[in-house]
Amino acid sequence: MKVLTANRLSDGEAVWFSTDRTWAETISSAELAQDKEAEERLAAIGKAAFLANEVLDVELIDVDVADGAVVPLRLRERIRAAGPTNRQDHGKQARSPAQPAS
Amino acid sequence: MYRYDEFDQQFVNARVAEFRDQVERRLAGEITEEQFRPLRLMNGVYLQLHAYMLRVAIPYGTLNSRQLRMLAHIARTYDKGYGHFTTRQNIQFNWPALSDIPAVLADLASVEMHAIQTSGNCIRNVTADHFAGAAADEAADPRPYAEILRQWSSVHPEFSYLPRKFKIAVTGAERDRAAIQVHDIGLHLKRDAAGRLGFAVYVGGGQGRTPMIAKKIRDFLPEEDLLSYTTAIMRVYNLYGRRDNKFKARIKILVHETGAEAFAAQVEAEWEALKDSALALPDEDIRAIEAYFAPPALVPRPEGEDAVRLARLDSRGFSEWLDQNVVTHRHPDYAAVTISLKGIGETPGDASDSQMEAVADIAERLSFDEIRVTHEQNLVLPHVARADLKAVYDALSEIGLATANTGLITDIIACPGLDYCALANARSISVAQAISKRFASLERQREIGELKLKISGCINACGHHHVGHIGILGVEKKGAELYQVTLGGSGDEHTSLGEIVGRGFGPEEITDAVETIVETYLSLRSDPHERFLDAYRRLGSQPFKEALYGGEAKAA
Repeated sequence: MKVLTANRLSDGEAVWFSTDRTWAETISSAELAQDKEAEERLAAIGKAAFLANEVLDVELIDVDVADGAVVPLRLRERIRAAGPTNRQDHGKQARSPAQPAS
Repeated sequence: MYRYDEFDQQFVNARVAEFRDQVERRLAGEITEEQFRPLRLMNGVYLQLHAYMLRVAIPYGTLNSRQLRMLAHIARTYDKGYGHFTTRQNIQFNWPALSDIPAVLADLASVEMHAIQTSGNCIRNVTADHFAGAAADEAADPRPYAEILRQWSSVHPEFSYLPRKFKIAVTGAERDRAAIQVHDIGLHLKRDAAGRLGFAVYVGGGQGRTPMIAKKIRDFLPEEDLLSYTTAIMRVYNLYGRRDNKFKARIKILVHETGAEAFAAQVEAEWEALKDSALALPDEDIRAIEAYFAPPALVPRPEGEDAVRLARLDSRGFSEWLDQNVVTHRHPDYAAVTISLKGIGETPGDASDSQMEAVADIAERLSFDEIRVTHEQNLVLPHVARADLKAVYDALSEIGLATANTGLITDIIACPGLDYCALANARSISVAQAISKRFASLERQREIGELKLKISGCINACGHHHVGHIGILGVEKKGAELYQVTLGGSGDEHTSLGEIVGRGFGPEEITDAVETIVETYLSLRSDPHERFLDAYRRLGSQPFKEALYGGEAKAA
């Protein structure tokens, strides 16, 4: 299972392409790609958003859904989704119910 | 310290205006990321995991209070209230918005600072001994030469697109506190038998994925030849450096593949044509730059001796801090003070905006307005009257910066690692925090003695693990963090590269492994004065392998 992530051009904020067709600041509402076709569709959306100068560092990342929450497989992506583990007062974890990465 | 002249200021202001325009065009979608990326990197702007990151140059690690206050202002206004001091004596802000960066650069320019050449394949910030101008053991202050190199290398058209980045370090003392042998060029300023100033020149050192100790290609280069000879080195590198393979593009690979002797001969041949050119430094020019670094007027303060003795009796904390964080100054009534940015369990190298403000105040009142950033991620007050040491200690205690651990096991270098860095494979900070907490007892740290522990979160080695007495390298293995341990590295005048001790350790095991190494050392040292590094050099890795891996090591 994959979701589409990037950083927003204007401020570098980590964002995920969400089910409401916007780039959300948290991973919780990210649109899940369950098959190859859905992945290709998300990849095309990412490429278009990059070319439209909305986002950069666009990537499809592997995730699992655990207890209804979208959890990236790699620690790198868990840290992007939550914030730095040494400063839990910063990043997404500081402003939402997002769980610390570790 | 150096002050911008009219040309410098105009140049930096023009660069701010240029970048402001580039950012506006990028945000308006008029230029693509491919076009913009090299432009932002030339101005120190990276994209990391959570946000952009701005790396600000601190030439040879020297700041005045006005500049440090401006860094505090930037941290507070455009970032999240802190900055991260780096192993290249710079500062990084972890959270600025791209749209705010032109304003940040304008603020920096107002205090004669910038972020130019803090990234890219150019000559980066020139680093120097953090005790320059204060150290009792130096031949001369290395910073005037670092400044000459800075001016010469800034937007140098010939050296702005090198095969790879290029780092120069300068020390003015026999005791190398600038790690010159792990730089692309390392310069050791010294005097010859006739008392003339010049440099031993080292080339081709570096860490990263292929660590190498620099080779000395000249024992004494007269000071007037600094730029002509450096230009000759750069030309040989620019011509023959590997541009086909990023991982082989640093000068260390060229020196290694060419052979130090042959490389030196190429440099000498190039230099023949250059040494009498306009690059020869006139004595008056060197002395004019040197004048900017004239030592402060250190008035005699003989009352310091008694004041320190009495304060020691009065405060154990002060006494411990004095023993650990205060070093001899060339003037007997003064001392150089290390401000540890390694509070127990804290992030190495981080300082809050209010801490920066407070340090600026202390420096202005009690250290002739000077602050240094060390490559070990601490700050230094270079000129404190011994009579004022207690006042400095009290002021630092109030802001949580009086940790007495300089050179001890909790004085850890750590790169930002996977908590921030887009290149990292594993976290560094969390490992540093766990080790720091494990060894929190100052009594235990002092029993262990000098021990330099350095952690990198990827093979690029920003955390200098190759030259740690104990080095830790974080890698990613099967999706998890794994930490490789090296032993016996050192980044001083007896530079050595650490050797991998064996298989790596998981995040839950690494602190125990460090403790095992330390306990093994304590049990085997010949006497309490034998430092960890000396004991390792005497004993070799075997007893540490056995302690860490038991029967496994014997079988192997």
